[in-house]
Amino acid sequence: MNASFKENSLNFSFVAPALFIFSIFYIYPFFYSFILSLTNYDLIGDFNFKNYYVGFSNFRDVFTDKDWWKSMYNGGYITFWALTFQNILAFALALAVDKVVRLKKFYRVVFFILPVLSEIIIGLLMKQLLIGEPTGRNVFNNLLNSAGLGFMAQDWIGGDRVRMITALVHCWKGFGWAFVILFAGLQTIPEQLYEAAKIDGANAWQQFRKITIPLVMPVITLVVVLTILGTMQAFAMILALNAGAGGETTVPVMIIFSHLGGASKLAGLACAEGLILGAILVAVSFSMFFVSKKVREKYGVLPS
Amino acid sequence: MKKLSKLIVFFVLIPLIFGCSAKKPKDNTIIVWHWMTDRKDAFSELATKYQAETGVNVEFKLLFPPETYSMKVTAAARAKTLPDIFGILGEKTTVGSFIRAQHIADLTPYMNENFQEWKNRFYPQTLDLVVFKDGNSSQVKPGIYAVPIDTTIMQFVYNKSLLDKLGFSAPPETFEEFIKYAALVKGKSDQFGFVCGWGEGWLLNALAIEWAINLMGEEKFLQTIERKVSYTDPDWLKVFTLFETLKNSGILVPNIATMTNKESEDAFAKGKALFSFNGSWSINVYQQLNPEIQYGFFSLPKISIEHPVKIWGGSGSSFMVNERSPNKLEAIKFLKWFTAKQQQVFLIEKTNNLPAIKDCQDQMPEKLRKLTLNLSNLTHPDTWPDNEDSRVIEVINRGLQQIVMGLKTPSEVAREVQEKKDKIFRK
Repeated sequence: MNASFKENSLNFSFVAPALFIFSIFYIYPFFYSFILSLTNYDLIGDFNFKNYYVGFSNFRDVFTDKDWWKSMYNGGYITFWALTFQNILAFALALAVDKVVRLKKFYRVVFFILPVLSEIIIGLLMKQLLIGEPTGRNVFNNLLNSAGLGFMAQDWIGGDRVRMITALVHCWKGFGWAFVILFAGLQTIPEQLYEAAKIDGANAWQQFRKITIPLVMPVITLVVVLTILGTMQAFAMILALNAGAGGETTVPVMIIFSHLGGASKLAGLACAEGLILGAILVAVSFSMFFVSKKVREKYGVLPS
Repeated sequence: MKKLSKLIVFFVLIPLIFGCSAKKPKDNTIIVWHWMTDRKDAFSELATKYQAETGVNVEFKLLFPPETYSMKVTAAARAKTLPDIFGILGEKTTVGSFIRAQHIADLTPYMNENFQEWKNRFYPQTLDLVVFKDGNSSQVKPGIYAVPIDTTIMQFVYNKSLLDKLGFSAPPETFEEFIKYAALVKGKSDQFGFVCGWGEGWLLNALAIEWAINLMGEEKFLQTIERKVSYTDPDWLKVFTLFETLKNSGILVPNIATMTNKESEDAFAKGKALFSFNGSWSINVYQQLNPEIQYGFFSLPKISIEHPVKIWGGSGSSFMVNERSPNKLEAIKFLKWFTAKQQQVFLIEKTNNLPAIKDCQDQMPEKLRKLTLNLSNLTHPDTWPDNEDSRVIEVINRGLQQIVMGLKTPSEVAREVQEKKDKIFRK
């Protein structure tokens, strides 16, 4: 009994520093955010829960706030493009590079340059490329003019296509990151499986459907979940690119930031928004893992 | 193993425990936090001068960008580690919260010393912004809680060379003239009629308020804040429609709704636009960006002659003294020195900003002196008896951006603004 207690204590002592740090930086802020979300505290004076308590009215405000749901729609729109256009393109290129015998590392480095850059830099860089005439730095329009396509030159980030352009810039930045993960996933599939399938007479499409997809499914799920989490929490790139463009590209984190750090100091409302966004993202993530499990069960990778 | 545990304790726990604690103020040193990048060097020079005169060291700490500065000040207030002197970027209600939490010293007794010598130095309109009057909505004790260090006036700017080329000898006085003049520039060698940093909502808001007051008068405008007048009122609809007219006339720079003020200043300084709407600080900015540019200021293009034009302005930046600071009296002494004529003239020379005090007229460049003629017509939310809710302002600003982007009509925006206001009021 004593030995076991001693052993347990020793084991716990190994985990204790990590647990301590995790509690301070994750668990405590989570509970503190929940407490703040029940108040109208402005973050300035001494916090007294009783004095600032407003019940669940901040949550009610978020659920009935059109601007909040518009920002969720904007986030969802960009996420849709990131999940489809960005990830399908990344997967297709990862498949192509996987079959390439030489220069694999070179491609990996080239495609990973963009994700390494800061979001602010990407936003400002694209702004300079796409901005309208007055500052004379409209590189993209100048290129169109030079190519004889001057009729297509326009204000790319100020018009009604601003949401689509923002989504594409986001995809451009995120593409390399999805590529690297999917490429790594593809490389873990043993070559013998494809050789055996070929001997059995399977064509390329059958190999892709019966071997590649089921075996790479955990990686695809991971990419999908990380894409959803990353895109729904996008902030800096959009702020630098067009600052929300009159609400057309305002995403949830921008609203939270404006309530938390803006002139109004609506910390309780911001915390309620953060918790609701978090709950939605957790629900979506778990549902994706559930879908992934079902797919793998269907193809016999996991026992049903 | 033991060594490893000790290392973990040393590198993880010790910094965690001691790294977060408040730093004690250094003896004989006044710490000032600010966000004003353009005045960084001038402030340092003044600090050196003050040390030479008094032996007291003043350390100016620049924190940028303004959003980061605001976060830092809020966090420091929570931790009670505010510096001796700081500024607050935000609404007057936020300043009220700081006062209620005893973070800001009441400067009234010091302002009133020697027959109000310090108080009388300032332009009344500038000082007004930092005064909390009887019955203020923030429910703080009436008094003066900050020291203005400059004055800001929002004005229209015109490019003199371009206007001359068009054959006009004076800038427009009415909205119709404004559109007419600006439309003549449209499409001419990559030049536009009007540029402004409307990606920053407050610039749209300031202009909308100026037009609203000119159209309906200050009384009716303030009644909107008090909910006696709706944002769907025909007058408000007309104000929102002005922005639609600006868009439809084709005089606006294409990406105006996402443009920052820095980009707008850059475009104007490079002669890319005939008109702009900017603050008095732009004199310094244009000087730095293009010393050759010929420009002048003019008042709001009128939309009505029934009510006078009011100009958005007042105290540009101001400093507060930390009530809990052990150096409180030294900090107040420094601010008194800082707002004396000699130092204010020095700041005019170095930064071209309008001073906070009256007695500098003879030392001002012509452009600044002309701007001071507008001081009697100033208006600012901080001087109104009540302020609009920040969430309503957000919807107005976003709505105006959507109008100039052609995504919403003025009536849709008016309805959305009123819906938001009603919702907040119901709560």
